Amino acid sequence: MQHYLLPDISQPGKIGCTIPSLDVSPAELPPKELLRQDLELPEVSEVELVRYFTALSKLNYGVDTGFYPLGSCTMKYNPKWHEDVAKLPGLTSIHPYQPATSVQGALQLMFELQEYLTEINGMDATSLTPMAGAHGELANIFMVKAYHQRRRDKKRTKILVPDSAHGTNPATAAMCGFETIVLPSDDDGNLALEGIRSMMTEEVAALTLTMPTTLGLFDPRMIEIAEIVHNKGGVLCGDGANLNSIMGKVKFGDLGFDCVQLNLHKTFSTPHGGGGPGSGPVCVKSKLSDFLPSPLVAMNDGGYVFTEPAKSVGNMGTNYGNFGVMVKAYAYIRSLGAKGLREVSENAVINANYLKEMLKGYYHLPYDRTCMHEVIFSSKYQRVKGVHTVDIAKRLLDYGVHPPTVYFPQIVDEALMTEPTETESKKTLDEYIDIMKKIAEEAEENPSILHSAPYNTPVRRLDEVTAARKPDLRWEIKGTKL
Amino acid sequence: MPLPYIPNTDADRNAMLQEIGSEFVDELFKDVPKECLNVEFKLPYPLSELELKAEFKQLSNNNASLDNYACFLGAGYYQHFIPSVVDHITGRSEFYTAYTPYQAEASQGTLQTTYEYQSLVCQLTGMEVSNAGMYDGGTAVAEAALMACRITKRNKVVVLSTVSPMYYRVIDTYARGHNLPVEKMGPDSVNLDLDHACLIVQQPNFLGYFDNMKTYAQKAHDVGALFIVIFDTISLGMFQPPGEYGADIAVAEGQSLGNPISFGGPGLGIFTCRREYVRQIPGRLVGRTIDTDGNPGYVLTMSTREQHIRRERATSNICTNEALVALATTVYLTALGKGGLQQIAELCYHKAHYAAAAIDKLKGYSLVFHQPFFEEFVVRCPIDPQRVNEALFKRGIIGGLDISHMIERSMLFCTTEVNTKEEIDKLVNILSIF
Repeated sequence: MQHYLLPDISQPGKIGCTIPSLDVSPAELPPKELLRQDLELPEVSEVELVRYFTALSKLNYGVDTGFYPLGSCTMKYNPKWHEDVAKLPGLTSIHPYQPATSVQGALQLMFELQEYLTEINGMDATSLTPMAGAHGELANIFMVKAYHQRRRDKKRTKILVPDSAHGTNPATAAMCGFETIVLPSDDDGNLALEGIRSMMTEEVAALTLTMPTTLGLFDPRMIEIAEIVHNKGGVLCGDGANLNSIMGKVKFGDLGFDCVQLNLHKTFSTPHGGGGPGSGPVCVKSKLSDFLPSPLVAMNDGGYVFTEPAKSVGNMGTNYGNFGVMVKAYAYIRSLGAKGLREVSENAVINANYLKEMLKGYYHLPYDRTCMHEVIFSSKYQRVKGVHTVDIAKRLLDYGVHPPTVYFPQIVDEALMTEPTETESKKTLDEYIDIMKKIAEEAEENPSILHSAPYNTPVRRLDEVTAARKPDLRWEIKGTKL
Repeated sequence: MPLPYIPNTDADRNAMLQEIGSEFVDELFKDVPKECLNVEFKLPYPLSELELKAEFKQLSNNNASLDNYACFLGAGYYQHFIPSVVDHITGRSEFYTAYTPYQAEASQGTLQTTYEYQSLVCQLTGMEVSNAGMYDGGTAVAEAALMACRITKRNKVVVLSTVSPMYYRVIDTYARGHNLPVEKMGPDSVNLDLDHACLIVQQPNFLGYFDNMKTYAQKAHDVGALFIVIFDTISLGMFQPPGEYGADIAVAEGQSLGNPISFGGPGLGIFTCRREYVRQIPGRLVGRTIDTDGNPGYVLTMSTREQHIRRERATSNICTNEALVALATTVYLTALGKGGLQQIAELCYHKAHYAAAAIDKLKGYSLVFHQPFFEEFVVRCPIDPQRVNEALFKRGIIGGLDISHMIERSMLFCTTEVNTKEEIDKLVNILSIF
């Protein structure tokens, strides 16, 4: 582990690239009060820069490094040639405000992607503009708000969110001024129907539902849930975080959803980049299509053009969304086709169920039923020995595997949310199963090993409490005069 | 034909299904309503890598790339030189294929580079705190407005009329979600009262010229409102940073710092503020701490502000941001360093002034504003700017942004370090035809 930072390798007079010289006669400088007095950035040569960042990259773990079963994040392998086509100069070096007639290739790609996503989700229209999953959720709730306002239905101030939902769901509702009402799950991990019936009143604007749920389960009463929501005039919003288990098999529209937000970086295999850029398109039924975020791409006689939906909620970002991410998702859909997408879902579901079967004797399985693309274990058995989920996660790091998502969903005590994805082989899963069994054995026989794990990582467990109490968020070098 | 991204064979699948106790894969989908399962999906027939690469080449060729055209278009997204090292570092798959660093021990690369990012951005802006980044400039300023409302417990947002209309639209979208009134005020008619949460000003403004920021800061602070600044990143190589003229929150589009224009996305929302407001900041923060052996390390910190802990009481719903773009920005600022960034800014400044002076001399053309500017300037044209742009395009030039709807017969031109003297002279020559 390298303990130094950029200021430590900075030396006056170094630079990491070359700068062209001025080829026009210099202009008069602006008034001095507009100019800055000092600027202190590190000065590093190119070779030192490359070694510094390469050393840091080696402290990271990515999908290319190994198994990364981070539940709910769909850490699947990202095809390399999709990265190559996304770097074509005609797709990267184009300006958002150059005339539409000069970017017909880009608009065609966006138009077709809209069409594909509309079809895959059984909806009527799609806007590609949101830039991440949570941003798509925000677009959905903006549309819900505008839809009810347009109907002059002012009493709808609440949004129903299941107790198992991602934190982004209630946070999004709050960003739009809605009160969140938490819907309980039943003992099987489904939504409690009685709960929905009693809570779904005419004060409720929408139910936000991840399907399959964040428990990795498909709710068998999906059609009934949609009916309850619709009968009371509410909107059924889908969170498409788990689309990777049903893509090519089932359409959100057929299940009664009025809108759904996607995560192209998860389901459609664009790299997660250490936390973005993502892309979070929203697909809607016709009753919401006039409210979609702007702009959409349409086709007319002269070619492709940007359009604005009649009652659009507005612009989610400065431009048209994360085009660079859309290109890769488009490549993914085109290279798999309908049959390939179906195989993706089936293999993702087989892999998760296989892990469930092979490990359920070793780890507590709160919902012992067929799962979809991810399986939730808990460390309830290990807790007897004083071993917690965090200990198991840290021990996995010692064995060279990225841990599952931990302590989520919050309704499962000591949760280990495991999503293998379809891009992992049986061989990799078997190795993981062996490691997990070994850790269960260690928990039984020598729990103290787990308490102090990890041992083999660049750093050991970090003091998060001090980090939060006395935040050290930057280095600082004092300026010298320019 | 087997798919290269699905490694399991039929034999693997059968063995696994047997362990699961299912005969067919569809038994695993038994909870899905039967009538909804295995419906038809109308998608194009799958193509091989070779076939699809040919199609992509076609799509790419149907765009007028800035690699083939000289470009004088800016308005928030800029063509700048990107050193090769940037792509080589961001392309390392340990960075590229990781996700949000929830497991700090396996993510020190992402975490330490984010700490470097936060530090470099603070150095650049003169601000005290930077988060790990937002989606883009537009969402950063919209979230800044929401943050100002939380801090001041007021609900009126004021946007100066010289702020980019693209940013204004995003502020308006977010504000409607929160039922916050947004007022647009002209530079000479800023009149704030005790209901106003913030004043949002862009420097240099959308029309390219510099405003007197200290006056606006004073106006905001006089009524207890926050002063929110949208700055231009590259200009800070030369010009006064927002931390020096009273910004409480300063945001920007970070695309210029080492990222391709990419049709306007992905970009990066740079988000900075004064230290006293750090607990109201949206998005992720990385902090330096120590491990159990006493060695330094980095973690995501102050997460109690965030949605995964605080749920409906979070400062924002943002989760995934633009981490890889922030990494590119970090490498870019490191490669240029203090001298490099200053030189790039000066190249932009001198070339833009060379172009502006030459166009101003042309018969029928004039500069609309005479205040100091950086790399963008508004020109009044003798004819409809759209016709000027059509003529330029035919000769291999993408002209400025037509802003005739704002200022009669006018265009916003941009010149950066990538524009050569030859390109600028060619532009001026073609303009002289009209």
